[in-house]
Order: sequence, then structure tokens, then C-alpha cells
Amino acid sequence: MSNSLDSYLVLSGLLFAIGTFGFLARRNAISMLMSIELMINAVNLTILAFGAFVPPLNGHAAVIALLVIAVAAAEATVGLAIVVAIYRNRKTPLVDEYDSMKD
Amino acid sequence: MPIGDSIPLLGIRWDDILFVVLAATLLVSALLVVTLRDIIRCGLALIVSFASLAGIYALLGDPLVAATQVLVYIGAISILILFAIMMTQTKDAPTRLVFQTQVWIAAGASAVIGVVIAATVLATTWPAGGQRLWTATADVAHLLFRDYVLPFEVVSVLLTAAVVGAVYLARREPSRREEDRS
Repeated sequence: MSNSLDSYLVLSGLLFAIGTFGFLARRNAISMLMSIELMINAVNLTILAFGAFVPPLNGHAAVIALLVIAVAAAEATVGLAIVVAIYRNRKTPLVDEYDSMKD
Repeated sequence: MPIGDSIPLLGIRWDDILFVVLAATLLVSALLVVTLRDIIRCGLALIVSFASLAGIYALLGDPLVAATQVLVYIGAISILILFAIMMTQTKDAPTRLVFQTQVWIAAGASAVIGVVIAATVLATTWPAGGQRLWTATADVAHLLFRDYVLPFEVVSVLLTAAVVGAVYLARREPSRREEDRS
């Protein structure tokens, strides 16, 4: 089981689906960011699985995964800073109460 | 004394049992992240899922990426998320409703995504070998600093910009606040 590419890809697909559900369904902005992190991790797992099983991609996949991790760190930093800034203005972390453009 | 390739009495390979345990931990903790009511516990479950994912990376033969996962995700991003949770949660915040009103539509859509991805993966014949390859860290270093040196530098600029932007966004603005009040 651990020697077939399919099991890793199915695992990352399930992880991506869980992240999608969290992003769509949660009300808290930080929960949505956590779900985004789950989805990024699923994509990273896919990249590394292909790198481990397809010989020409072997080193490249690790490099791309490292770059993805760095970009995800930047994304998390800016995203959380935006959430904190919005919280300071609106006093709530719930995204369905950010409705001032509706009125 | 080295342990063998497989578990002595059962005959199951260690790699398989490790994969099953890590994958189950990963999926369960990811489900806890998206369903738990208390958001601090969501953050802690997120750490567990990052850790089991680091184990899967090590199982895939990528020790450098596994170490980076532990350092960057568990060490930095999780702590950042926990701090942001503590800064944005108030005691009187409504914790009763965790989900939006369209939670069942979201569940259906993500279930469809998961099923479609799994079916596509299982129906495709990948041009892949049946054996995992060990990724040598020296090869990764040569690739990163020779072929991928431009993306590497761009990422370093991006990280600097992100840090500056985060500090700019998250700092308090006392002067503007007073202008609003007056």
C-alpha cells in the first residue's frame, strides 16, 4: 500500500476535499485560513508523491515543495495580519458579519 | 539489532502499517480541524495533522521536506495561527454556530470533489514505478541553488515583502482612530 502512487494521491485528494469543506462551511475567518493551509498541504503531498514515484521528477519535486512551503508561510502571515486588522475594525472574526457593503 | 522489513508475526510490512496509521491520523485530525466547535482545539488538531503529514513525507523518502514541514508549519505557521486565534476570540463571541447556513451544500460539493479526485486517480494509469525513490538532500541542494536559483531569490523577496506587509497591516493606528472619533 505504501508503495503505490495511487494511495498517496487518493489521500491528498481526500485531504483537499476536507480543506474545501472547511473553507466553504466555517464562519470564522481563521478557520477558513486553516482550511487553506490544509489544501496547500494536500497539493504539496501530491507534488512529493509524484516526485517519489516518477524518477525524472525526483529532486525537482522536493525543490518545488520547499518553494510552496515558503510561499504558504508568506500567505499565512499576510492573511492572519488582514484578519487581525479586520477584527480590530469590526470586533468580530466571523466572516458572515462583514456585510457593511450590503447596506 | 535491526528490526526486519516486516512485522514478525503478522507479515505486514512496516511501511504499510506506518502509512495506514499516518494517513488515518491525518484524515481524522483534518476532519477535527474543520468540524470542532472550539477554535483553539481546531488549531491544536491542525498541528497534529501537520505532524502526521511530516511523517508521510519522511515515508515518501523526503527527509529534508519533512524537516522543513516540522520547522515551518509546526514551528511557525501553527504558532502564528494560535496567536491570531488568541487575539481575535472574545468571550462573548457567538460560538454556538460554527458553520454557515449553506453547510450541507458545502459538504456535498466537497464530497463530490473528493470522489471525483479519487475516481480520476484510480482510473488513470500513471507512468510511475512501483517503488519509492529516496531523495538525496545533496541533489535537492544542487537543484535549488543551480536550476531553481531565480525562484529561490524571488521567494526571498516575497517573504521580505510579506513580513513588511504583515507588520504594516497588523500595527495599531492610534492617530487615525482618534480622527474617526472626532
